[in-house]
Amino acid sequence: MSFWSRTARVAVSLVVLMLLMAILVELTPLGENKWMRVFFGVSALNFTLRAAIPLVLGALSGILCERSGIINIGIEGMMLAGAFAGFVAKSSTNDWPLYLSLVFSVIVSLGVGGLMGLLHGMLSIRFRMDQIISGSVIIILAAGLTSYLFDRDAIADGKFTPIPIPLLSEIPVIGPVLFNNPPITYLALLLVLVVHIAIFYTRWGLRTRAVGEHPRAADTEGINVNLMRYLNTMLGGMLAGLAGAYLVLEAVGQFQEGMTAGRGFISLAAMIFGNWTPFGALGAATLFGYTQALQNEFLLAGVTTIPRQFVSMLPYVVTIIAVSGLVGRVRAPAAIGRPYDTEGGR
Amino acid sequence: MMSNPVLEVQEICKIFPGVVANQDVSLSLHSGEILALLGENGAGKSTLMNIIYGLYQPSSGEILVRGKSSKMRSPRDAIGLGIGMVHQHFQLVPVMTVVENVMLGSEMLRHGFLDREQVSQRILDLSRDYQLEVEPSTLVEDLPVGIRQRVEILKALYRDAEILILDEPTAVLTPQEIEGLFEVMDLLRRQGKSIIFITHKLKEVLRIADRIAVLRQGKLVGEVTPSEASEPRLAAMMVGREVMLQVDKKEAEPGDSILEVKGLEARNDLDEICLSEVDLKVNAGEIVGVAGVQGNGQTELVEVLTGLRPLKNGILRIGGHDLSGATPREITDRGKICHVPEDRHSYGMVDNYSVADNLVLNSYYRSPFAKGMTIQRESIDTNAETLVKKFDVRTPSVQTPGASLSGGNQQKMVIARELSRPIQLMIAAQPTRGIDVGSIEFIHQQIVAKRDEGIAVLLISSELDEIMALSDRIVVMYRGSIIGEVLNKETTRQELGLLMAGVKSDSENIQHSAP
Amino acid sequence: MFRVLLIPVLALVTSLALGALVMLLFGDDPILAYQGLFQGAFGSGRAWSSTIRKMIPLILTGLSVAVAFKAGLFNIGASGQFVMGSVFSVAVGIHFEGLPMYIHLPMAILAGMLGGMIWGAIPGFLKVTTGAHEVIVTIMLNYVAALFGGWTVYAGGTQGQTPGPLWDPTARAISETPDVLHSAQIPWIFGPPYRVHFGVFLALLAVLIIWWLIYKTTVGFEIRTVGQNPKAARYAGIRVEKTVVLTMAIAGGLAGLAGTIETLGLNHKFAPEFGGQVGFDGITVALLGQTHPVGVVFASFLFGALDAGAAKMQFESGVAADIIQVIQALVLAFVAAPLIIKALFRLRSTQDDRHSASLNTSWGGS
Repeated sequence: MSFWSRTARVAVSLVVLMLLMAILVELTPLGENKWMRVFFGVSALNFTLRAAIPLVLGALSGILCERSGIINIGIEGMMLAGAFAGFVAKSSTNDWPLYLSLVFSVIVSLGVGGLMGLLHGMLSIRFRMDQIISGSVIIILAAGLTSYLFDRDAIADGKFTPIPIPLLSEIPVIGPVLFNNPPITYLALLLVLVVHIAIFYTRWGLRTRAVGEHPRAADTEGINVNLMRYLNTMLGGMLAGLAGAYLVLEAVGQFQEGMTAGRGFISLAAMIFGNWTPFGALGAATLFGYTQALQNEFLLAGVTTIPRQFVSMLPYVVTIIAVSGLVGRVRAPAAIGRPYDTEGGR
Repeated sequence: MMSNPVLEVQEICKIFPGVVANQDVSLSLHSGEILALLGENGAGKSTLMNIIYGLYQPSSGEILVRGKSSKMRSPRDAIGLGIGMVHQHFQLVPVMTVVENVMLGSEMLRHGFLDREQVSQRILDLSRDYQLEVEPSTLVEDLPVGIRQRVEILKALYRDAEILILDEPTAVLTPQEIEGLFEVMDLLRRQGKSIIFITHKLKEVLRIADRIAVLRQGKLVGEVTPSEASEPRLAAMMVGREVMLQVDKKEAEPGDSILEVKGLEARNDLDEICLSEVDLKVNAGEIVGVAGVQGNGQTELVEVLTGLRPLKNGILRIGGHDLSGATPREITDRGKICHVPEDRHSYGMVDNYSVADNLVLNSYYRSPFAKGMTIQRESIDTNAETLVKKFDVRTPSVQTPGASLSGGNQQKMVIARELSRPIQLMIAAQPTRGIDVGSIEFIHQQIVAKRDEGIAVLLISSELDEIMALSDRIVVMYRGSIIGEVLNKETTRQELGLLMAGVKSDSENIQHSAP
Repeated sequence: MFRVLLIPVLALVTSLALGALVMLLFGDDPILAYQGLFQGAFGSGRAWSSTIRKMIPLILTGLSVAVAFKAGLFNIGASGQFVMGSVFSVAVGIHFEGLPMYIHLPMAILAGMLGGMIWGAIPGFLKVTTGAHEVIVTIMLNYVAALFGGWTVYAGGTQGQTPGPLWDPTARAISETPDVLHSAQIPWIFGPPYRVHFGVFLALLAVLIIWWLIYKTTVGFEIRTVGQNPKAARYAGIRVEKTVVLTMAIAGGLAGLAGTIETLGLNHKFAPEFGGQVGFDGITVALLGQTHPVGVVFASFLFGALDAGAAKMQFESGVAADIIQVIQALVLAFVAAPLIIKALFRLRSTQDDRHSASLNTSWGGS
């Protein structure tokens, strides 16, 4: 089928390959080789997943927006705003029961992310701002506001901890990697499937795609183009907000200024690399996450022959290679970036 | 004996900022009737139909459907009242399948998910009933234009449309496909559906319509039946004056060969072969028309000839120079060609540039417009003043942005620029698409005048009438090749139509027709 | 003329008002803050010196973004190009002892520009050869440049990691270069305590050259045509690919020059923390200046003043300097979407409601 694109297949095979390698390394003498452990050990895989989750969520955010025809380069800002909101919510509800406080904070992150999405929608739909510039506004605004409002003395107590899934988490290698994770990780993986089904098998998805490809055609069938776009940018904003929540409430536990560190942009690359499909994006995010994991593994293994700055460049360089090597073979939604007007001025 | 009208339009006015598109238009449509709406480009036909379909809101006036006053706030309302529209520019999403396109906006669901099977079945049923064969699971982008139109009609029928609006449906079809469409329209009429058929082609109106309404400059100028009408009369009603239906020209006196193309091969943007084994020759002092259904390689041919698309194989010679693989600028300079592009907004002009800048778009770097690196503003402006006068480009000033001119004047601006250089070959693609009759006449005269000066002209047009009116020789393109070549005075519309459909003229050698 | 200024001025006023509202909302005193801001920007000779000094890199990064806009390209990579400019110029500036200033200084400046040009040309080249979108590539190159810059001055690690090639060993554990030699420093105009340097004239010269290039030359015509309508440009015989790479190289060179001037005129060395915000500010400045070179100068003056006043504001009123960034984002929003301002002030819409900058961007490449 067209939506199960080649890039998506390649990306998913990659994930499977990595798991297989990890099994070999952990269960056979292959694991005695230091480099094998660095590249394919369970620790590398664990880190890969942790690094990939915000990228997956960011990419899903991009997919929702762009499938409806709105370029969302502001994911970075939405993520940061979501992270900050989650942190503020958490640090001001420290005296609540831990899980209640965490869940409340996630909801706040979602809400703030959604608001940022709404702002992006308003700027680019209602006020016809160039969507890339509107995204830049979101990024700068989020960076400024979060720094301005950040109370450097505030502390968030506690974060999400892994919930092993009975039985499944007992499977060697795969269990500890995939089935012993904190909740947002599970949620993110589940969302990949949910968004896939939503886009390709529901009325909402059909209309979203039509609006992003050929808004006039959708309009002539009585579909409210701009309403669909608003909905999608808001949902996209919420997903980016969730990515921020992941960073604060699950990965780090605290907020740091500019803590998204380019993840929003790499998400965009993952979205393009994955040809605007959720599973493709998952594969791409895994690849990018893996490059970040390597950086970590090199450090742990005490590899000093390659300067650490060069290892740290990997995710960015791989992103550039990915977008250079693949564009031309992927196809963006056709109407992306263009505001839509009914000519009659309804 | 007339039944009650299924659709009535009463005193509709539509005012866009600065333009009155419709003024006091009243029409009625009866069940089982084909009403033709005739008018030239910009007469307000499409605006009126978009109002009926709920895409535009009228400034004043009323629409009655089956005797009931109805407000169409969006197409949804119109669809609900049984109105369906086949748009001039197909409203289909290329990367989605026929099924998805047909159900878009009126989806069938099962357990909350899209029910592709059921919609497929419905499409197959409808296509059997109305002779509109199509494979539901194909991607629309893989379908030829004629079939895409079927999908558009199926879309309307799937929504149980009783009133069908067909906006310029014949523009993209071969004469034979047009016949096929008329059969479908007839079938629909016999089943009690009502059709509004929009066109500017007189022959078709006389052939199929029950009644003809003529619009001119937004106003209804008359209603006639085919039996009381004739082509010249309809033309005069459309334009408001007597129109020359024939272009006046002498016999051609072909000279040396100017454009010579051998074994041309090229690929399209998706890297598929789009031109193969194209041989073509145009001599000085003749007009060679390239006919064919849109999308059979004409666009790519022009792009290759002008250097905009790389040629994979073959030889391109202009005026004795081998220009195979040359850049656009080399071809323009050394080949001394001019190019009137088919899509003037995408290629021919820069919307935000002034008329003056547009008039030097491809000569800005030459003397006297530039000295070394520096632009000579005064020369550019003087040049513009001269050309605007000579080519009757109606603009408030040469500093006005090109975008604010009317379509006809934009095209005259493009042609003024292209003909202002010394040339030996003119390549004109769809030179009169979407412009008013006055400008069409002017441009046709210019093209014939250039031929008479001894310039070779290659004319590409999807309007068979235009090809037959201007050309001395006609070649027909089909699926990226030239399938036949005829002399204009020896051919018939029928013969060209068969060629356009891929049927060779000796009629034994039938290529397999469109899927 | 009046109309041209109307939107930017109203945008600024509205942003300041909204900024005040945000401050009120979070318990800060906007009047005190704006007083401090004004003091810090214009209240004394040193304030003026600081405003002008901060304006210099903004002019150049703004110009960088504006030039790219003219060709329909979005250069978010000014900060990376800035860093590369700094690194390249410092590499020349700390070496070649004994060269006279009239050779050493131009050499260092050219090296810096070259660094920026290379960094700008890469995304241009990738765009035309592979279709990679310049927005993604420039952003990624920002991170790569920052890491590269970090490596050149890396002080080495405890596990025996080798230090970077430009690191100053006398700085011990601090990652920074030595000071550039006197012969490669851009002199200060008035001397201490006024740190404003002759780089300001270099920046203004760049403005003049770019204005001439864009509006008075065939190259400029080509750049603008590519930006307005790449298809028409190709039709007109313009080599779009060449123009894109050239424009990005020019844009990169300008941002590189910003880094160069900042390094040779002010910091006199490179350390990872020099760079930062100017790249993103360039976007705002370019848009506020309506992507016109002269507009960029005014916009830079304004932003230079905001930056210069921020520290004083924080000191005097206790309002975090980050509020300035919020105000700048608002300014960007309002200038990039004139419709907001027009709706807010009930101005009549005119036909130039087209965005002040529109890009021919689609991820798929042109």
